[in-house]
Amino acid sequence: MVSSNIDKLGALIVAMVAYAASSPFATLRSNRIVQGEGFGIPSALPAWMAGLLLTVIALASLVALLRREAIPRLVSAAAVMVALFAFIGEAAAFLTPADNTYARVAPATGFWLLLFTFALLAADGISRMRPGPVMRLLYLVTAMAIIAAILLSGLWADLSVMKEYAVRADVFWSEASRHLVLALGSLAAAVAVGVPLGIVCERVPATRAAVLNTLNIVQTIPSIALFGILIAPLGWVAAHVPGAYALGIRGIGATPAFVALFLYSLLPMVANTVAGLAGVPRESREAARGIGMTSAQRLLRVEFPLALPVILTGIRIVLVQNIGLATIAALIGGGGFGTFVFQGLGQTATDLVLLGALPTVGLAFVSAVVLDALIDMNSISPARKDA
Amino acid sequence: MRALPYLLRGLLLALLMTFLLVPQTMEPLLRPLAQSNAPVIYNQGSLLSLTVQHLLTVLAATSAATVVAVSLAILVSRPAGAEFLPLSRSLVNIGQTFPPVAVLALAVPVVGFGEKPTLIALFLYGLLPIFESTLTSLTTLPRAVVEAARGTGMTGAQRLLQIELPLALPVILSGIRLSVVISLATATIGSTVAARTLGEVIIAGLQSNNLAFVVQGGLIVGALAVLIYDGLSALERLTVARS
Repeated sequence: MVSSNIDKLGALIVAMVAYAASSPFATLRSNRIVQGEGFGIPSALPAWMAGLLLTVIALASLVALLRREAIPRLVSAAAVMVALFAFIGEAAAFLTPADNTYARVAPATGFWLLLFTFALLAADGISRMRPGPVMRLLYLVTAMAIIAAILLSGLWADLSVMKEYAVRADVFWSEASRHLVLALGSLAAAVAVGVPLGIVCERVPATRAAVLNTLNIVQTIPSIALFGILIAPLGWVAAHVPGAYALGIRGIGATPAFVALFLYSLLPMVANTVAGLAGVPRESREAARGIGMTSAQRLLRVEFPLALPVILTGIRIVLVQNIGLATIAALIGGGGFGTFVFQGLGQTATDLVLLGALPTVGLAFVSAVVLDALIDMNSISPARKDA
Repeated sequence: MRALPYLLRGLLLALLMTFLLVPQTMEPLLRPLAQSNAPVIYNQGSLLSLTVQHLLTVLAATSAATVVAVSLAILVSRPAGAEFLPLSRSLVNIGQTFPPVAVLALAVPVVGFGEKPTLIALFLYGLLPIFESTLTSLTTLPRAVVEAARGTGMTGAQRLLQIELPLALPVILSGIRLSVVISLATATIGSTVAARTLGEVIIAGLQSNNLAFVVQGGLIVGALAVLIYDGLSALERLTVARS
């Protein structure tokens, strides 16, 4: 059914596409740090590819303008995004002069804007369908599989980010695993300490205000300061506590970063555990007591499962926050993707910044989607929040 | 006993002001943190002017974020903008997953080093809590009140200005408060791209291995955050009491 009036989001998308398609699609620079020259779609690609890309974009814009149903919108947005991904690689191969290893081709404003515009259209399609958690995970896996296939196919090999990656592939994967260890390890520690602490706070009201206020104050200390402040006490521990050094505890590097992330993670964990347990309906507790469950049984079999969605929300907050904050660890020699970001900023090498920033954003996004799905699966009431 | 929290805050404010106006008074306290011949108080610029600059940056970014976020939330909660409602909710959800460092670093190639990337990152980061709280409060107003206003013949604009916004104000303020506190801490990261904020003190400390710098930078930002958080909470209680 073609709706009679024009869709407002569709009109917005067409305006954005018109602007983006006339902006440079890719830039060519003679080396990695100089200013570059922008190429629009017609000059960045061989004629037939440029024609194909522009046709796909025009068709998808028409769908956005005239069709309101979710599925055509999602399908056309996905088609444009796949085309953009494929052709930016082709543009890099096309624009790079032969036998020139210094020249760099990077996506330019037009590419990013087109990607954003059609991601918007895809997001609109998905949010109109209100997919359940399993469906959302399927979308995520599909998107990841497409990106992985493009990465493995070598289609992007001529792009500047991949050239930065190629010269430091080993370092990239060791920093990636360092980043994950920092973010996930501190999360695990925060769950192990925060959930029991939350249970205590919920049972013993006297401790609640003290614990939550202390953790609130920790949150106000800026991350770079907290990372720095921990250097001194941990250095002292490493030097004076027998066995600490052997365990890998150091004043600088990953240890203070890990401890700082752990401290930041405690507040959401404790606060959400308290809120989750406090939200358990009185009738459920009474019923559990009525059938003769002991206090421990009630906690494990009734209260905890009911509080789980709220606790999982805490885990989601912490994980997304930690993945972002772990980039700061690089400032104190703690490693992680931040290493590339700060090196890139120091050398004004944008491609190197992207090599650190893009995986961080991707990782945070994937964990948010996965945990949102988990939260929905564990919610007992079928009522889901929108989006 | 009820006066104790106020007393503590007054004390914190007095300490902060003393430190900013006459930094040397705190030298004995910070001395043990610095190495023997290293400077104890930040000496590459005045702490007071950095603090003012820090606050101005946060103020500018938060004001812009408030105007944009509240307008957008009003727009999508009207019938004319209802089409954008599901999309804007998912955008807020996705936007929150962007790490501040990444936003900052990605803004540098576009606008260059200095205040600008910091303002952009703080603005984008500040939008989300304000948009979310404004939207939540506008879409969960008691239906009876809104219907009554409609019944008395108020126009859409009148209902918005005289009924809906005043009722939503406390929740909007709580969004602004959250946004300000996040921005205060995030602004320090701006100094990695050469913005003049208190982060400069902390980074100078990290680079010269001077813990005294790190602690004083961190404590000033922490104290500012606690005081501003309390101030805005008080403002919120005032608006709740009035409405």
